[in-house]
This record gives sequence, C-alpha cells and structure tokens, in this order.
Amino acid sequence: MRSLLAPGPILGVFLVLLVLGPQFLPEFHITLLNYIGLYALVALGLVLLTGVGGLTSFGQAAFVGLGAYATAWLTTATNLPAWMGLLANPWGGLVAGMVVTALVALLLGLLTLRLSGHYLPLGTIAWGISLYFLFGNLEFLGGHTGISGIPSLSLAGFELRDGRHYYYLIWLVLLMAVWLTRNLLDSRAGRSIRALKGGVVMAEAMGVDTGRAKLVIFVLAALFACLSGWLYAHLQRFVNPTPFGLHIGIEYLFMAVIGGAAHVWGALVGAAVITILKQWLQDLLPQLFGATGNFEVIAFGLLMIVVLHRARDGLWPWLARWVPEQKSALAGRLREAEPLPRRAVPSGGTRLLEVKDAVKQFGGLLANDRMNLAVSAGEILALIGPNGAGKSTLFNLITGVDPPTSGEVHFLGEAVAGLNSRTIARMGMSRTFQHVRLLAGMTVLENVALGAHMRGRHGVPVAMLHLERGEELRLLAEAARQCERVGLGMHLDDAAGSLPLGKQRIVEIARALAADPCLLLLDEPAAGLRFLEKQALAELLKQLRAEGMGVLLVEHDMEFVMDLADRVVVMEFGKKIAEGLPHEVQIDPAVIEAYLGGVE
Amino acid sequence: MDLQIALLLGQDGIVNGAIYALLSLALVLVFAVTRVIFIPQGEFVAYGALTLASLQAGQAPGTLWLLLGLGVAVTAIDAPHAWRQGSRQLAGLVARQLVYPLVMIGLVFGAAGAAPKDWPLLLQVLLALAVVVPLGPQLYRVAFQPIAEAPVLILLIVAVALHLALVGLGLLFFGAEGSRTPAFSEAAFEVGGLTITGQSLWVVGASAVLIVALYIFFGRSLYGKALRATAINRSGARLMGISTTLAGKLTFLLAAAIGALSGILIAPITTIYYDTGFLVGLKGFVGAIIGGLVSYPVAAAGALLVGLLESFSSFYASAFKEVIVFTLIIPVLVWRSLTSRHVEEEE
Amino acid sequence: MTEPILVPILDVSDLCVSYGKVEALHHVSLKVQPGQIVTVIGPNGAGKTTLLAAIMGVLPFGSGEVRYQGEVYRHIDIEQMVARGMTLVPEKRELFGEMSVADNLLLGAFMRRRLGFRDEQQTLDKVYSIFPRLKERHQQMAGTLSGGERQMLAVGRALMAQPKILMLDEPSLGLAPLIVREIFRVISDLRALGVAILLVEQNARAALQVSDYGYVLETGEIALAGESDALADDPKVVEAYLGLGGRKD
Repeated sequence: MRSLLAPGPILGVFLVLLVLGPQFLPEFHITLLNYIGLYALVALGLVLLTGVGGLTSFGQAAFVGLGAYATAWLTTATNLPAWMGLLANPWGGLVAGMVVTALVALLLGLLTLRLSGHYLPLGTIAWGISLYFLFGNLEFLGGHTGISGIPSLSLAGFELRDGRHYYYLIWLVLLMAVWLTRNLLDSRAGRSIRALKGGVVMAEAMGVDTGRAKLVIFVLAALFACLSGWLYAHLQRFVNPTPFGLHIGIEYLFMAVIGGAAHVWGALVGAAVITILKQWLQDLLPQLFGATGNFEVIAFGLLMIVVLHRARDGLWPWLARWVPEQKSALAGRLREAEPLPRRAVPSGGTRLLEVKDAVKQFGGLLANDRMNLAVSAGEILALIGPNGAGKSTLFNLITGVDPPTSGEVHFLGEAVAGLNSRTIARMGMSRTFQHVRLLAGMTVLENVALGAHMRGRHGVPVAMLHLERGEELRLLAEAARQCERVGLGMHLDDAAGSLPLGKQRIVEIARALAADPCLLLLDEPAAGLRFLEKQALAELLKQLRAEGMGVLLVEHDMEFVMDLADRVVVMEFGKKIAEGLPHEVQIDPAVIEAYLGGVE
Repeated sequence: MDLQIALLLGQDGIVNGAIYALLSLALVLVFAVTRVIFIPQGEFVAYGALTLASLQAGQAPGTLWLLLGLGVAVTAIDAPHAWRQGSRQLAGLVARQLVYPLVMIGLVFGAAGAAPKDWPLLLQVLLALAVVVPLGPQLYRVAFQPIAEAPVLILLIVAVALHLALVGLGLLFFGAEGSRTPAFSEAAFEVGGLTITGQSLWVVGASAVLIVALYIFFGRSLYGKALRATAINRSGARLMGISTTLAGKLTFLLAAAIGALSGILIAPITTIYYDTGFLVGLKGFVGAIIGGLVSYPVAAAGALLVGLLESFSSFYASAFKEVIVFTLIIPVLVWRSLTSRHVEEEE
Repeated sequence: MTEPILVPILDVSDLCVSYGKVEALHHVSLKVQPGQIVTVIGPNGAGKTTLLAAIMGVLPFGSGEVRYQGEVYRHIDIEQMVARGMTLVPEKRELFGEMSVADNLLLGAFMRRRLGFRDEQQTLDKVYSIFPRLKERHQQMAGTLSGGERQMLAVGRALMAQPKILMLDEPSLGLAPLIVREIFRVISDLRALGVAILLVEQNARAALQVSDYGYVLETGEIALAGESDALADDPKVVEAYLGLGGRKD
C-alpha cells in the first residue's frame, strides 16, 4: 500500500509553517524557536560526528563559546590594534571565529582522534572544562561577567533588531546546514565518513583515509557549533561563560542521541524536545520541590538512561516510520551513466603476488613461519589448513593490515611489505572479510559503491554543494553493474543488514570488484551459502579467472575448493606443508594428518 | 617562592593528591571490571561528605530517600526473578532493598535512642557510609546491569547521564550552600617551621591504609581475585561461575565506598558543595588516564602529580588552576597515542 | 547396538541456534551417559563450538531443550550450570593471563567456595598429580606458559570445580602432536574419575580413539553417529573432512 505521506509534501508543509510562524506565534514561542534552531545547529554537527562517524564529543559547547566570544570581543573591543580594524564587525567576527575554531578543532583533533574509542570523549570533557574556565578567567573577555553591548546584525542595510528578525536568519542558516549535511552524506565523501562505523580496517581496505575522514567531521561539527555561537552572540547581544560549560555540552549530545543521532532531522527533533522539556521543567520542578535550581538535569539524566536502555536510535526512526524513504534522484538514471575508466589488465600468467619467506611473530608465537606463495593473473589459488594454521595472519600481511616481522611481499613487482592497506588497495588488490564487514543500515548499492571509492576524486566541499553528481552517477552505476554481475540486482535498495549472511558475503565480493582490482583476496566466501548459491559463486569466480583476474581464496568448504582452485597451498602451524594440484593435495599424507589427526 | 611556601604547597598537593589517587584507583577498577567509565564517581564524594554534614546538623539527608527509592526500584525489577528462585531469594531481596533502608531511616530519626547528631564522630561516619555506599550497587543494578554488554561509548553516555541526574538530586537533597564538617583531629604539628594539621595526616594516613587494604583484597582474597579475573578475561571468569552481575555490583560497592570515604576525609579541609564532587572526580580521572585506565600504580602516581600540579599552579596562576590541570590531559593523551598500539575495537 | 539403560547425564534434543537469520545448528540431538566420553567431530565451521556454547548457556538457543541431570532447561544460566557441576574448557582457553597458575586454579573452585565447600586444597593436590608440570610452575603467570601448558592449565582449572560433566572444545587445537597425545592420555584417564566428557574435536582420529561414542557434525546437522570404533573406520568421515565425496571422477 502506498503511504499517503510523501516526504516532499511533508517538508513543504513544514517549510510553509516555518515561514508563516512569526505571523501568528507569540513572542515567547519565537524565542523558543530561535533557541531550538541554535541548538539544532550544534546537534547537527554531533549527528555528523557521533551518529554517522561514531565519535563522541561532550565538548561542543566550548566551540559554541569560541564562535560567540570571537565576535563579541571583536565587535566591542575599544583598543584593537590597527591591523585588526577590518575584523571589528560581525562579519569579521564570524570569519575570525570560524578560523580560530577550525584551528583549535584541527589541533585537538590531531591530538585526540588517533586514540581509539573512549579517549576522545574523555579528552572532550577535559578541554570542555578547560575552555570554559579560560573564558571565565581571561580579563579581555570580561571574566565571569562576560561581554555586553554586542551590536546587532545588519544584512544588506537591514538591521535585525528583534527575535522575529533573527528567527528567519537562524532558521535559514539551519536549513542550509541541513541541506549541506544531507548532500554530504549522499555522496562519495559521505560514504567514506559513514564507513568509519564499519571499522578502520574495512574502511582503509576500501581506500578511505580514515584519519582524515575523522578530522573532517570533527572540524565540520566544530564549525557548525561556532556558527551557532556567532548567531547566539548577536541575538543575545551579551555573552558570559555559563552557556559554554561542560553541562551544556552534555545537553547537546543528549539532544543528538534523543532525537536520533544517525539522522539529520534527529538533530532538530532532539533540540526541540530538550528545549521545550527544559522550559517546562524549569517552571514546574522548582514549584514542585519548593526550591530554585536546575532540577531539570535530573529528568534529562533519567530520560537519557531510559532512551539508551530502550531505544538507542532515538526518536527519529520512530517518527520516520510514517514517512517513506526518499530514493536518491540518481537512482533512475543509472543506465545512462558512462562507465568508469578501468585499470589495464595484466596479461594472463603475469606474476601478481609473491610472498617470500614471510614471518610473523606475536610474542613467542610464530604465526607465520617462512611462508611462500605466488598468485598469477588468471589463476585461482586456494589457501587451506586447519583452524589456527595462520591463514588469516597471512591475509593480514599481504593486505597491509599488519606488517610482517620479516620476509617480503611483492605485488605487481613492487615490494609492499610495510605499506598501509590503503596504499596496497590502490594498487589493485581487493579483499573480502571472514567476518562480514558491511554497513548494515546502508543499502546494498551504497555498500558496493564504497568499494569504488578509489575511482572517484571529489572531496567534501564539492559534495556538500552536490557539484559532483556526474561522478557520483558513474560510481553508483558501476556499483549497480557489479551487483547485477554477482546476482544481487534484486537487492540494490535493500539494507545490507537485512540480507542473509550468505548474500552479505556476495555483497562483499561485489564491493571488492567495484574497486576494479587485478587481484582478489576472498576470506571464506562460501561460508553460509546454500548449494545453488555456491555453484553460482563458483561460476562467477571462474568467469573472473577467464577475464584475467588473480584470486587468492581461503575456504573451509573442501568440495568448493577442490572443484574450483587451480592450485592449493596447505598450511599448518604457520608453515606450508603441501602445495600442488587439488587432487594431489587431497591424498597427501601430511594433509590428511593435519586434518584428521595423526595415524599411530 | 621560598622553601617555606614550597613545602606548604607540597603538603597541600599531597593531601589532595592522596584523595585523587584513591578516586583514580576506583575509576581504574570500575573500568577494568565493568568497562564503565565512571563519571559519577565524584558524586559519591559529595554525597558522602554532605550526608555526614546533614547528620551532624541534625537533619535527615536526602540520600536516605534515594536509598529507599532505589531499593523499591530494585525490588520491583528483581522480584519476579527472585520469586522463581525461591522464597529465600525473595526474602533476601526484600531485606536488602526494603528493610535495610527502613532501618537506616529509623536510625537517622533516633530509633537508637539518640539522634545521630549526638553520636560520636566514628558512628556518624559509619552511618553516613551505611547510607551512601549501598547506592553504588543499586545504581549498577538499575542503570548498568541491563546494558552490561553494550559498547564502551554507550556505557560512557549512560555514566554521564547518571552523573547529571545525581548532581541534580544532590542540589535537591543538600541545597546550593556548601558544608564543612569538623576536623577529625584538631592537632597540629610544627616540623621545621612547617605546620602540619592533624586532618591532613588523617587524609594521607587513611588513604595509605585504604590503598594497602585494597592491595591485600585484590592480592589475597577470593573475591578480590575474582574481580581481577573478570577484569582480565570476562568470558573466562563467567565460565568459573563468576557472574558479570556479581562482579559489577561488588565493584560499584567498592567504588561507592572509596568515593564516600574520600568525601568524608576532605570535608573538614574544603567546603563541599553539591557539585564539588565532579571536579574532584575528574582530577582522579586525569590520574586514571595517565595510567591508561589499566595501571593502578601509575594511576595513583599520576593522581598525586595532579594534586601537586594543582597546588603549585594555584600559587603561580590561581585563576588558571583548573585550566592547567585539565589541559594536562592533552599531552598525556598525546603520549598515550604515541606509545599505545592502535587496536581496533570490535563492536 | 544396545542402548544402555542408564539415564543420560546430558540429553540434548532438537537444539536449534541462529545468529541473526543464519541457522548455525539445526535440530541437533545427542546424549552423554555418566562416565562416558562422547565426541563431536566435524570440519571447521560445522557448529561444534556453537553447540557447546549453547549447552553451557554462553549463547541462547532458539528451540529444543537441554536435559541435564534430569532437569529440563529451555533457558540456561551459566552460573547455574557451573553450580550444578558442568564446566567448559573453551577453545580459546580463556585463562587469566596476568594471574599466577595457582590463582587460576583457585578461581576454578570459585563456585564451590561460594556454595560452601572448603575442599579446594585436596582438589588442587589431585590436579597437580595429574599435571605435575602445573605444580612446578604454580607461581608463574599464566600468560607466560607454553601452548601445551596453557591447555593443561585450562583443563586443570576446569577440574578444580569437580565437574560431573566436562566439556572440552578443541583441546588439541594448535598443539604439537606430542602434547596432543599427552592431553588425550589425560582425557582418557579422567574416565576413571567418573567424569563424563563431551569432547569436541577437529582431530577426528585422536578423538575417536579415546571416546566411546561419536557424532559427526556437518554444517550444523548431525550427519553421522555411532560407536567410536565403527566411526573410525567409516570412509564417510574422511569425505566429510576433505570433500572427496564431491569429486566427479
């Protein structure tokens, strides 16, 4: 049944209400809406940072403070040096605030983003407090009393004097930010950001520079916060340190989480819910308790705990059930796209990969002991062995996830041991993962398009303005082509996580193929597949072989391996114990002993 | 600065540092066993100090009602399970979560013959601990046990949310005014021109005793070893029958005890407000992070360093004391990032 | 073949386990009699580890039931099973690396101590007599032991609980043949102590040598079952492992 609610009209009604709002709403509601807009802008940055990128920050309020104080100081200081005269107005304040914020964020980002997991949020707590105390103790920023007498904004000669005027500016800025963020997320650069949640190893294997992607969203989120601070300073015409403290930073994060941190509109919902709730509780609770104070934090804390126990994705997914997902505008035009240029295919028999005496030692354990193998173009080499034989370790050495302790790895004649996996992937080596690493919430098409990441070039600014649609169309078309090829044509728009595990493995293969590799490394591709699916996979691999692709295959399903592989390498205890044609290996006494145990 | 001042500052730094060290140990412990980054640790400091102050002022501390409220909540959550386990389990649950808080309420309201206001200091301290410490396991049960397997980041956000709620409750319970409790000892010693107060000896001494006690607990006792085992390998520990829930509650009990005791120790030295605990706790955190959230001795040493840094910076740049202490974390994080190998966290 | 009239200590029937939408175990049934050694063999990825995890309560199961010592379980609590004398030696050993060998062993008796028993010293002596090597190294950190010693410690730690049934997941994994032989000697000696054993192994030949009864698990289903002697000679076992059955010639 088609839903009566379509995204277009809903957005239209929302916009009309937004434009007409000031005509009939009382002053108080306008003020509230202004704050919702300002907070939503900060929360939007957190959606990008936390919900999409998986990085948590409690310190966004400090960036709001940087934006507010920069303009407050520049527009009120009486003894500015002459060279700063140009900046002594709101627009100068905006530019200065953005520059300072970007620099501070860049510095903090470089320092803390390298650390995994929980260190970043702890770092944000620390500098959130530091900057707050700094605002309150710097004399030229007015100390704890703050700065007053900040001028109002003028746009093209029109002075914004009251809340109703600012209302339009704030919501215009917010909607622009929403538009830019949505554009970004729906692009190649956005996919690389969304890939962060799939883990660094996967993202890097797709050629994504994860360090840079993290830094980009960190700076963007800080800039959104700074912009909010600039608007706030000119709306209030007064700043002091209070609204930039750590507890407000925590509230921003709550807004994003309660609204739905993974969704652009979640920021708006969360900001609205928290702002209105705060207003209401600040009236109600002091009466109830017969004392004054910020008792609303009790409710916020409890609400947050309940949300994280019961509905970790926040309110938006629940609201969004009533609105059907809008398909990308490009979806209908995939067939008209011009194919992407392809890599020159090495001629059949060319030596693609050569591992020479590779050793990997973990403490006292020799996981790989002088391993040797080689794969040529147009060949399928199977790597087998019992559990714990060191196959995965070898995979990691070849793909650059872990450098070998000693020994050499050559790919296309170049020494690659010690290079990072991103660089090796760029040279034309693609892989799948034993434990499927797809982005479960993204569609199959988007997941596969991530594989083609290295075949595009446009970055974040262009993506935010959607000036890269031509390239994006070609990337998506390539992804669609690979999906068709592996038999996933029916599932382009399905969420990858909704497919059975066997199909998800096939999505991983399509994603690897989208990178246009000359060597494909498959880690247990047949696990979880049904008989017919295995046959189809075997056919696909044979076809790739015929096209000149080299394939290195780790697989436990012996029937599958023996039917498909040209040669087989058998490992046990980190060493090669046999190598040869499938039927030779199968009757090799050493292999039988490795698998079935010693005959005594 | 002359030597006299340096010694004075050093003494201050060590006294505060001893408290930070205790808290940092609790933080490392909680993180190692439960993976919770226990932001509300500081609230136990404030609750401990202010509960004692209320008792001494002849008032009923609000924490008493929290104890009862959480008791009712825990009973409601656990009663069905306990019922299925048998009547003994249910009786135990009711005794711990309902009868115990009621007994505490009775004691506070003078059921023992005299109001706590007139009790000797030691008994007042014990009563304050008896009211505050059980909040630890109760909060674990309500806030963390249902999501014990969640990623660290989710646990962290819940911890922050809990901190916020507890600070708000602290304001409700104790009001915005601060309290200072009478010193354990009015003695003062003159050593080489430097006055050492009895209370600072109490703080340092009690901290040292507590650290040794923890060392013995973890090194010798079965339950201490069980907690260490859980921290080292959760799934291994579960296979021995050491349940995650048991370990979590025990850890939160210890953390609450350390927090409350720290608060009671410093209450005679500094005025404690409802939100003082947060900053105190965070300084313990800086120490814990210096220890990488894993090493107890490094965390304690780091916390001592924080205390000294704070005390000396309050002399040189008193307005920027907090800025300096919390900015210290940045070079520490950089050092951590350069020394620790990046390990991908599988969620 | 005659079924013993004994009541099985462990009776698993129609067990199904899924990871999300993927079924890892499909209607698996097996029995272990008191004092019997039963093995489950099968190639990698067949679901052997999942089977043990489900019986122990590490993983929930979708349908089916586990009957242990006469009591039926549809939802299993690990602690409860440990308290009732079931222990699992997991594939990864899961030792407490930064604790001494002696402490690791002591923690094996954690549940018994909680239940009020104070006999861990006698049990410890017994474990040391089975694995003299552990006694020599009792002060050493578990993390510094060699692979074989770790496996001994894992088994020794499990024995500290004085189990009624001991479940072993791939005890031979990654061990050199000489040590595998020693581990299997210990397993067969344990029968004398009256401990029932459920042994999951990839090393089919060794497992079938020590066990009384065997099951072959293939892609989540029991493909074959029988007396261990008979299975050892069954060509279908080799086929299941090396895929010879699929060859066209």
